[in-house]
Amino acid sequence: MMSPRFEPIVGRYLCLDLFGRPHRLYVEEAGSGIPLLCLHTAGSDARQYRGVLNDSRVTANFRVIVFDMPWHGKSSPPAGWQNEEYRLTSRDYVRMIVDIAAALALDKPVVMGCSIGGRIVLHLANEHPERFRALIGLESAAHVAPYYDVNWLDRPDVNGGPVCAGVVSGLIAPTAPAAERWETLWHYMQGGPGVFKGDLHFYMVDGDIRDRVDAIDIRRCPLFLLTGEYDYSCTSEGTLDVAKRTGAEATIMKGLGHFPMSEDPGHFVSYLLPVLETIRKLSVGSAH
Amino acid sequence: MIENIAEHVNADANLVRRGRFVTTAFLIAVDDADYLIRIAEGRVTSVTTGPFITPHYSFALRASREAWEKFWQPLPPLGFTDIFALVKNKLLRIEGDLHPFMSNLLYFKDMLASLRKGAS
Repeated sequence: MMSPRFEPIVGRYLCLDLFGRPHRLYVEEAGSGIPLLCLHTAGSDARQYRGVLNDSRVTANFRVIVFDMPWHGKSSPPAGWQNEEYRLTSRDYVRMIVDIAAALALDKPVVMGCSIGGRIVLHLANEHPERFRALIGLESAAHVAPYYDVNWLDRPDVNGGPVCAGVVSGLIAPTAPAAERWETLWHYMQGGPGVFKGDLHFYMVDGDIRDRVDAIDIRRCPLFLLTGEYDYSCTSEGTLDVAKRTGAEATIMKGLGHFPMSEDPGHFVSYLLPVLETIRKLSVGSAH
Repeated sequence: MIENIAEHVNADANLVRRGRFVTTAFLIAVDDADYLIRIAEGRVTSVTTGPFITPHYSFALRASREAWEKFWQPLPPLGFTDIFALVKNKLLRIEGDLHPFMSNLLYFKDMLASLRKGAS
C-alpha cells in the first residue's frame, strides 16, 4: 500500500497579457538550476511532463517549468472565446513562448517541445536563437501533411473527447505501459471542443517550416532532436531530414512513440539525460 | 481468422459496454476477400464471408493481405501498429459512411486489434 505523499511539483496560476489580451495560465515547476521550459503536444496539456518533473535525475540540475497553453488544461481561453474559433498560428506560438519566458524572468532557458512543440522549437531556432541556451525537439519534423479529415475532431454529432484520443492512440508505442498509455489518452479526452483541431492548424498548415530549415544555425543555439521509432506522424525520416539539413544531433528512441515523456516517462528520461548533460557542460563552458 | 472476431469481442464485457451504442454492419476486405461484420449494441452478431452481390454496410476497411497480416501480428512491425498508420502510408482505405467508425473509434480499433490475440 502506498503511503500518502506530495510530489515535488508546485503549480500556480500566472496572469499576463498575451497577444494584447489578459490571460490566466497554469504553470508547474520542480527542481533548480538551468531553466528548462517544456511544451506539450497539440490538444493535450502539461501533465504530459509529470514524469520529467518528478525525476530527480533531471531536477537535480534543471529547473523544469511547464505551462498549459491558453485553451488547454487548467489554463483558460481568453475572455470572449465563445465568439471566436481557436486556431494556433506560428506567430502566436512563438510570441507566447517568448512572452512567458520573459514573464517568468528565465535566464536563457532551454526549451523542449513535443510534436507541435517539436515544430515550434525549429521556429525558435530560426527566429530567436539568441534568446535560448539550447532547444530540444521531441517528435520534430519540418512539416506533416494531413492524413485524416480533422473536421471529425470537432462536430456536435461525435463525442470530441474519445475521438481525439482515438486519432492519437496508435501513435503511442505498443510496448508502452498501459497505465501511462491511458493517462496520455485521458488528457486528450479532456481537451476543450475544437482545441486539438485548432492546434493542428499549426501542425499541418501554418507551421510548415520546410523552406526555412536550412537557415537554422545551430552554432547560435544548439539543437537536439529525439524521436520515437513508433511515431508515424512525425516520422524518424522527418526528424533525420531536419538533422541532416541543420547539423543537429538526432536520436531515434527505441520503444517509444509520439508522446515519449508521457507514454513511458522513465524510458524517455534515459534518452533525455545525455542531452541535458551535454547542455549543462556547454553552459558551464560558456560561464567561464 | 476474422471469423474469430465475434468470440474475441463478445467475451470482452468492457469492450461490449464501450460499444453499446454501436449497431451497424461494416466490411473488412483482405485483398479481394470480403467479410461482413454485423454488430448490435456492441456485440458482434455475425461474420459472413463473401463474395457478396449486394453487401449492405456503413463503412469498409480495405487493405492487402500482406498489410493485414503484419497488422495482426502480436507485436506488429513499425508502421503496422495502428490502422491510421496504414492509412497514412496509403496501405489501407476507409470508405463509406465514416460516422459510426469515427464516433466509436477506440471501440473499432480495439475490435480490430483483438484479432492479434489469435495470431501466432
